[in-house]
Amino acid sequence: MMIDHPLLGLRDAQEFTYLGDASLIDRPDWRSDTAQEEFHDYLYLRDNPAGEHRELWYHEAGDRSWLVVTRNMLTHEITQVELARDVARARGRSK
Amino acid sequence: MTEVNRLDGGQINRAKEVSFTFDGHRYKGYEGDTLASALLANGERLMGRSFKYHRPRGVLTAGSEEPNALVELRKGGRQEPNTRATVIELFDGLEAAPQNAWPSLRFDAMAVNDRFSNFLTAGFYYKTFMWPKAFWEKIYEPIIRKAAGLGSISFEEDPDLYDKGFLHCDLLIIGSGPSGLAAALTAGRSGARVILADEDFRMGGRLNSETLALGDQSGADWAAAAIAELADMPNVRLMSRTTIVGAFDHGTYGAVERVQDHVAVPQEGKPRQIFWRIYSRRALLCAGAMERPIAFADNDRPGVMLASAVRSYLNRWAAAPAQEIAIFTNNDDGHRTAADLIAKGVSVPAVIDVRADAPSVAGTELLAGAEVIGTSGRLGLSSVTVRLANGQTRKVNCGALAVSGGWNPNVHLTCHQRGRPQWDADLAAFVPGTDLPVGMSVAGAAMGQLSTAQALSSGACGAATALEAIGITASAIDLPEAEDAPISLKPFWHVSGGKSRAWVDLQNDVTVKDVKLAHQENFVSVEHLKRYTTLGMATDQGKTSNMLGLAVMAELTGKSIPETGTTIFRPPYTPVAMGTLAGRATGKHFHPTRKTPSHRWAEEQGAVFTEVGDWLRAQWFPKAGETHWRQSVDREVLQTRNSVGVCDVTTLGKIDVQGKDAAAFLNKMYANAFAKLPVGKVRYGLMLREDGIAYDDGTAARFAEDHFVVTTTTANAVLVYRNMEFARQCLFPDMDVQLISTTEAWAQFAVAGPNARKLLQKVVDPEFDLSNEGFPFMACGEVTVAGGCRARLFRISFSGELAYEIAVPTRYGDALVRRLMEAGEEFGVVPYGTEALGVMRIEKGHAAGNELNGTTSALNLGMGRMVSKKKDCIGNTLSEREGMNEEDALKLVGFRPVKSDETISAGAHLMNASGAVNAKVDQGYVTSAAYSPVLESSIGIGFLKNGDARKGEIIRAVNPLAGQEIQVEVVSAHFVDPEGERLRA
Repeated sequence: MMIDHPLLGLRDAQEFTYLGDASLIDRPDWRSDTAQEEFHDYLYLRDNPAGEHRELWYHEAGDRSWLVVTRNMLTHEITQVELARDVARARGRSK
Repeated sequence: MTEVNRLDGGQINRAKEVSFTFDGHRYKGYEGDTLASALLANGERLMGRSFKYHRPRGVLTAGSEEPNALVELRKGGRQEPNTRATVIELFDGLEAAPQNAWPSLRFDAMAVNDRFSNFLTAGFYYKTFMWPKAFWEKIYEPIIRKAAGLGSISFEEDPDLYDKGFLHCDLLIIGSGPSGLAAALTAGRSGARVILADEDFRMGGRLNSETLALGDQSGADWAAAAIAELADMPNVRLMSRTTIVGAFDHGTYGAVERVQDHVAVPQEGKPRQIFWRIYSRRALLCAGAMERPIAFADNDRPGVMLASAVRSYLNRWAAAPAQEIAIFTNNDDGHRTAADLIAKGVSVPAVIDVRADAPSVAGTELLAGAEVIGTSGRLGLSSVTVRLANGQTRKVNCGALAVSGGWNPNVHLTCHQRGRPQWDADLAAFVPGTDLPVGMSVAGAAMGQLSTAQALSSGACGAATALEAIGITASAIDLPEAEDAPISLKPFWHVSGGKSRAWVDLQNDVTVKDVKLAHQENFVSVEHLKRYTTLGMATDQGKTSNMLGLAVMAELTGKSIPETGTTIFRPPYTPVAMGTLAGRATGKHFHPTRKTPSHRWAEEQGAVFTEVGDWLRAQWFPKAGETHWRQSVDREVLQTRNSVGVCDVTTLGKIDVQGKDAAAFLNKMYANAFAKLPVGKVRYGLMLREDGIAYDDGTAARFAEDHFVVTTTTANAVLVYRNMEFARQCLFPDMDVQLISTTEAWAQFAVAGPNARKLLQKVVDPEFDLSNEGFPFMACGEVTVAGGCRARLFRISFSGELAYEIAVPTRYGDALVRRLMEAGEEFGVVPYGTEALGVMRIEKGHAAGNELNGTTSALNLGMGRMVSKKKDCIGNTLSEREGMNEEDALKLVGFRPVKSDETISAGAHLMNASGAVNAKVDQGYVTSAAYSPVLESSIGIGFLKNGDARKGEIIRAVNPLAGQEIQVEVVSAHFVDPEGERLRA
């Protein structure tokens, strides 16, 4: 597969390490009253869609960017590649 | 042997004669021959024995789809089984042996199987060898494997090199027949970066095998001129002997180039084969079509061949398969064969055409509406029996029969992304569907455009369209006038009513009857049919048989062929040797070897090395007279504890953490807190996984408010860095913190023992105060050594001794270890390896990989209180789960054998002093054990239920696998210096 890195252009997927569902960005708040349940869901529950999936890839043999790649699980078509940092910020993560 | 069937002409180099042996006989042929063409020219039709029944078999095809003529090529380490005689380029000294034949090809003892064929039908193994069950593995399977099975290997190491390579192009053109060449000329002249790949050693595809003219040239001459023009274009790469074996995602193709397969021994330094990964923006499949056979009784006799193959041998290789060749066809294309044979002076006794209205053929008799119902000839064809239109039978004498059942477009690569081909009723064949791999289009015969003129125009047009899509304009090229005959074919798959077996899959000995049996037993889906009968398996993957099997099944079920389905085509298109896939990544080159900065020095000391991940680390340093590793290790431990020792610890991961939020970031990464760590101090850090399990540990040294250097274990260096980057970018994107791995930037040595300070004072420049007050336990700082070389000094101890770790830029690592050893001579300094390191950390009760084993928590490790409840960190929340905080949780403790001469084994399980020994009453397990030269006893550490409350208790350490059971006393894990006085000294 080829991943269109937002900074570096098309790169072979071999340069990347795959992590999984981009929902791992949404780490719950440890101070929540239901933190235990939220962390449980965060860590163990994943969707397995037969279609578009947003997932985390790490450009380990490259510039060490974490990327959010939107990939169709049936066709491997990649429709969007974003810097995970931008995605995290857009989802309200900060410090 | 003489070339009795060699004709004039052809594209072989008669100036270069080559000599080869097959089945122990010597033959001659020419450069440009294949093994198959040379054998045919020498009058040899028998080339192998079949897989199951050991029936005599000859060559069916002239290409990579060959099911029959499989041979063992070469000898010794280069011996290769199942190579197809049809694609082996002849070279001088070639040695090939037939397969599945003993004692010889002409007399094969196993041919007795054929007599029992009634018992050996499809599903025979499943039905017969059911019981007794225990017999399968030991008795039945080995016998079957020996009797069946394709070729053999020598078990010697392959002496040749294989390589990998990467190529990029705008347009990859797969196949160099008329459509591929027209496409390449169109794309090449436009300036696009083009790769033209063909599995053959001679480009041109069917143009080399047919007598059809292109304009005023022969097809072969036109192809040669086109290839010459392309070869001069700097933007075009011609890759003959290169098979595109798979179409992968996003325009990536796998290709095998047989660089040196056509010579006896590869040239020095050249790889035998290269596995290319081709990145294409667009690809045009011009893979042509494959002729398919018709099944009839005894259609497997040597001499029964595809008509297109007969024309190839005739026109390209000037080899007649026999002196008299009959033709059996259901289409006009088959008739060309007669014309070509007659033109070359080969006798054609008859053309047998299943169509009642077949057109007549000049120079031979046409038997219209007739079918071949049988053949004879013991080791090769001598005649065929024909059922005429009027129902009478006639015998036609012939040494070969050219069979044409129509053409199947070569759709394989279009299906590698699970695309489904579509049925074309006019062709009675599958053509590429609409769901092609992204960026691929198809032209020529592969698209069902079977005439030469269609191939040329669809190739040229296909290239222009593909390039237009990526913004490259290609002008139309002048195409020569070419044959443009319409398709005239009557779908016809197998002759019914023959007395003998009609063969569908020659490679797997599957007959029409076997397909019927599968149907009768309800294995009707294509995938079941394949697995029940083995139809379409092995090296040819059913290239000449799948359609036939499908057609027979369709007939039986009363469904149409497209309703019956197709099998899924998967990569590789043709077999790929494992060595090619491995490339250079074999043996020691399978993964890189990382050497520590002191490696050369350690080698000079005669160190014994051990692999730790990719690293090579000194395990111990034997001295003269030491005959057992324990002697060396014990000496290293004692001398370190008594005076001073030095150990290379460069392999530990090092991560430089900088930024205003560096401390806040480390607070998130580690279970314990770092915010208040003063500058100039080091702190132990325990890292958890998000599920609360202990993950890794190390130290964090604060060099400035906004600058830390953290270490990781050797094994987790890469993973911890990856996780930290994940946290930095994905969880805490606004933290002002930067990370860089500096593992290989610094050479680091542990200097441990009571004389460590004295030794370091001789190496560190004198302006730095190393006194206990000036540089206390857990201090860190930047210093210089050896008169100005920058260095980092950490007062940390893994051994439990007064100890330091000193780091210098990697390039000075070798010099530093030599300086330390020289300066330490007066103290009797010893280098120590990973074994002594391990013994000392067990004596001190420090956790390592065996304890941080993916199942243990901070609580288990005795560090439960270290997990700060006042802050968030990875793993904090879930470490509070009930199940991880049970009253009788496992705790890290130490063990000593009650009888001091007994040995504790790591992995032993702990049981109460008396009672049963089983998993239900399991009390824990020993994680690490060693002989302690200080205590002069075996010791161990491990996890025991409620362990910290059980000190002094006598329990049992059992190892049922080794029949071992010893009594041990539960003690503190800190065997040496439990109060920590030594390391603070």
